[in-house]
Amino acid sequence: MSDEALAAVKARLKAYDGPRMRIMEVCGSHTAAIVKNGIPGLLSKQIELVAGPGCPVCVTPTDYIDRLIALSQEENTCVVTFGDLLRVPGSAGTLMQAKNAGGRAEMVYSPFDILAMAQAEPATTFIFAAVGFETTAPVYALLLDQIVEAHIENIRFLTALKTMPPVIDALCAGGADVQGLIAPGHVAVVIGSDAFKPLAEAYQLPFGVAGFSGMHLLYAIDGIVRARGRGTVMNFYPEAVTPTGNVKAQDLVAKYFEPGDALWRGIGVIPGSGLFLKLAVQCFDMGSQALQHDHPMNAACRCGEVLRGAIAPQDCPLFKTACTPLHPQGACMVSAEGNCLSVYNQN
Amino acid sequence: MCVALPGTVISCDGDSAVVDFSGNRVRAKTGLVDVAPGDKVLVHAGCVLQKMREEEAVELERLFKELGDVG
Repeated sequence: MSDEALAAVKARLKAYDGPRMRIMEVCGSHTAAIVKNGIPGLLSKQIELVAGPGCPVCVTPTDYIDRLIALSQEENTCVVTFGDLLRVPGSAGTLMQAKNAGGRAEMVYSPFDILAMAQAEPATTFIFAAVGFETTAPVYALLLDQIVEAHIENIRFLTALKTMPPVIDALCAGGADVQGLIAPGHVAVVIGSDAFKPLAEAYQLPFGVAGFSGMHLLYAIDGIVRARGRGTVMNFYPEAVTPTGNVKAQDLVAKYFEPGDALWRGIGVIPGSGLFLKLAVQCFDMGSQALQHDHPMNAACRCGEVLRGAIAPQDCPLFKTACTPLHPQGACMVSAEGNCLSVYNQN
Repeated sequence: MCVALPGTVISCDGDSAVVDFSGNRVRAKTGLVDVAPGDKVLVHAGCVLQKMREEEAVELERLFKELGDVG
């Protein structure tokens, strides 16, 4: 893209005086990138960006955290997780607090690290806290492939895997006040941009698949504004996203996982929005499908409305008062991609 | 959590590859994509997620570097 083209996009976005556009960025990484790049300040007052439910940690219910905590406290077990999950409050504390009180939980950057851990301690059962969306599901499927092939018997999974099209469908069907969506770029790398077409057409909304730089986002927002009222999918991340996505990754996910109803923290159960281990590999599961309850620690927490894009984080009475990064009351204040933490850091 | 970073494949070895991110080299699994040395790739959670079109990847790599996200 030339400098002139980018300058034209910026000028157009600042000068826009058409009908109000409320555009949802579904992905938490997009929320973080929008804040980091100061995108809202580059837009006309008629264009509002609103964050959605695309932070996997933020939509993981308290039941799941509680189960992880219980597992970390059992004899000869170790919970293995990405960092953010350690600090998400369950119904009575966090996994980090359980770890400090004698539970066993280890943080990793790659799920494959669990292979060496399990082989070094064959008498310990290692349980991976498998949260994520379509981007991460193939990584767990590949890990499972290697576990099966190497006959490793002391690794299990507690899954909270979710998929994007069903939650976008649920938000739109619920009457979300949005006139366009920035589609999640790295989810689209796996499932392909065409996966959003049925939604764009059903709700007559423009979807822009975007990468994660300021330039990517500006191009996508500009495209969405210009396509207002049209049910179309535009791919502004062609270097990584194709219409059909990574078919090999999709096939591997389908080998081990099947869709099922999933509970989204603060939102509720959305039919077909989860991925669960298939019957043939149920022996690797630690009871993921039974985790269907959500108990907010603080009744005043409005994470659910924030995740649906119904209110901004600042509209929650706990924001920056009772709820801060050091003392989060809801998951949106914990994750680096949480809507509340992103806005907190911006201010 | 869906963060993925662009890098360049330096070498391949069985089910993994060494990927260079502006001088930092890490090993990433290649079971989701067939890759060869020189390929520009996106890496997510220790795994190559997709090959990228090179001319676009150079631009993205530069932008990520500017943002301080690679390293």
